[in-house]
Amino acid sequence: MSQQYPAILVIVPLLSAFAISIAGWVNKRLCFPIIVTALSVVVYASIGLLLTVLEKGVVIYHLGGWPPPVGIAYYVDHLNGLVLVVVASVALLNVIAAKKSIEQEFPDKAAPFYTLYILMVTGLLGIVVTGDAFNLYVLLEIAALTGYGLLAMGEERAQLSSLNYLYMGTIGACFYLLGVGYLYIVTGSLNMMDIARLLPPLYQSKAVLAAFIICMVGVWLKMAFFPLHSWLPNAYTHATSAASSLIAPLVTKVMVYVMIRLILTIFTPEFAFATMALNNVVVWLAVIAIVMGAILALAERNLKKMLTFIIVAEVGYMVGGAWLGNRAGMTGAILHIVNDALMTLCVFLVVGNIVYKVKGYAFEDLQGLFRKMPFTMGAFVVGAMSIIGVPPTCGFFSKWYLILGALQAGHYGFVAALIFSSLVSVVLFFRIFEICYYEPFSDHHGHDHPPEPMDEAPLLMVVPLLIVAVILILVGLYTGDIVNHIIKFAIPEGLV
Amino acid sequence: MSELIPTIIAKYNYWIYITLMMIGLYAMIAKNNLVKKIVGMNIFQTAIILYYVSIGVKKGATIPISTGGHGAAHEAVHAADYLNPLPHVLMLTAIVVGVATLGVALALCLRIYSRYNTLEEDEILAQIRKK
Repeated sequence: MSQQYPAILVIVPLLSAFAISIAGWVNKRLCFPIIVTALSVVVYASIGLLLTVLEKGVVIYHLGGWPPPVGIAYYVDHLNGLVLVVVASVALLNVIAAKKSIEQEFPDKAAPFYTLYILMVTGLLGIVVTGDAFNLYVLLEIAALTGYGLLAMGEERAQLSSLNYLYMGTIGACFYLLGVGYLYIVTGSLNMMDIARLLPPLYQSKAVLAAFIICMVGVWLKMAFFPLHSWLPNAYTHATSAASSLIAPLVTKVMVYVMIRLILTIFTPEFAFATMALNNVVVWLAVIAIVMGAILALAERNLKKMLTFIIVAEVGYMVGGAWLGNRAGMTGAILHIVNDALMTLCVFLVVGNIVYKVKGYAFEDLQGLFRKMPFTMGAFVVGAMSIIGVPPTCGFFSKWYLILGALQAGHYGFVAALIFSSLVSVVLFFRIFEICYYEPFSDHHGHDHPPEPMDEAPLLMVVPLLIVAVILILVGLYTGDIVNHIIKFAIPEGLV
Repeated sequence: MSELIPTIIAKYNYWIYITLMMIGLYAMIAKNNLVKKIVGMNIFQTAIILYYVSIGVKKGATIPISTGGHGAAHEAVHAADYLNPLPHVLMLTAIVVGVATLGVALALCLRIYSRYNTLEEDEILAQIRKK
């Protein structure tokens, strides 16, 4: 059984997508238990896989028994073992938290929603688990196509925003495919390990250079790296809260994983950082991404849209960290994939709860929320502290590694951008705290003991949110273990 | 100049795919109508499909079907005699992906049309701004 974990990760959600769409015709109430069971199996398998990797080292799974390079191999090492656990658990926690808001916002479409949801998780898990460059493209498109559908099930402008995302996402995926084509021309292989083995004598080839740059541009488009970010804020803002709290934490982070996989495994750091000598340019791009993301977030008067611009800045953190070209920076980038997925989930679940109760997420709608929804707002404070980077929460530690890497690389612009963005986050979040905490309701009567108008979201929404908030602190406390036992082995030894 | 033309002709498949790709990209950027943008997107995808198909071609090679049947499977096969089938097989998948993307895009267009009664991007944006 445990040898089959890599296949289970993709097969179980894929088949349960069929089961859910059939169950939707029979009885809509069956959909939710099926999706929770499937995702629990996936979480179990991903944790089992990570433990196997920690114990025995890299797991290579030959799909259908065909050995690579002919067959598709699933390749799991410390890097994607960790990302798999994050993707699976975020998907599970989010679907539980989203049940009530799905019932409220589109009760008739629950079955199609769950089907798309689990197909999207299939795509994301597949992207992370696969060891085949072309297979990655197919799964990328599965995740993207279902994502367009999920994002389009939103408010009035959602379809237009989703269509814009579709244009950009398709160009991004096509660029990636084109880059893989160039790699195939020079190496004749699609298996990542095989390509990595065949590439070193070809590092001077212009086709390899073209392949690398085209793949990178494609992946940057998909992850909304600053100049290519224009699709993200609208698409995520106009979607329903259930969809955006799945897509916002995972899609950009999985794409950052793909970028790191391309750099570390396929092209190797020697090529990416030494032969190319591009890292300085990319880190400066990341600096611009961070600064612009922070400034654009500051200009918003709408909680959800503000958070989407924070994602744009966070993508800058991870790209910059990965491209610093040293061990600390890469550690920071990988750790930030985990942390950012969790803290984005946390704040987007908060938005989901607020939308469920208040039916809005503009700043005016947030007044008096601390009194009304104390647990939700408590989790929001933890999430916000993590995004700002306050020590016990996990956001601090990845920022610490990123700054350490930037100092080692002598890239003071990146240090300045990180600090600037943290300061802007302080302003952003304390402005919201102030609105939620201090501004009273207009119907204030002035009694000594006014009846507590607490109106918290349902337990099913609050409990997952509180779990996420606790995880944020736990991951922060156990950062040392994560770095020393997992991330240390994810980075090749050549990178110092 | 006299050296340039043979280089272009020798690699004409690359020039064709780049030209097609740029036509597609131009349509996606410059056209105002959402369906025209989708057509541009499809041209863009098709360019890459053509590029993949063209890299499988070899001079003087035939279609990759083994004539000996099952019994002759262990006979030596000269790879140079056959076209490379792998890029073509990959593109079957890419075509499916392209069709699915087109379907989703057109479905979104339908929803947009039923809401705004137009597919011209500037008119839609004007309607949004009015609200």
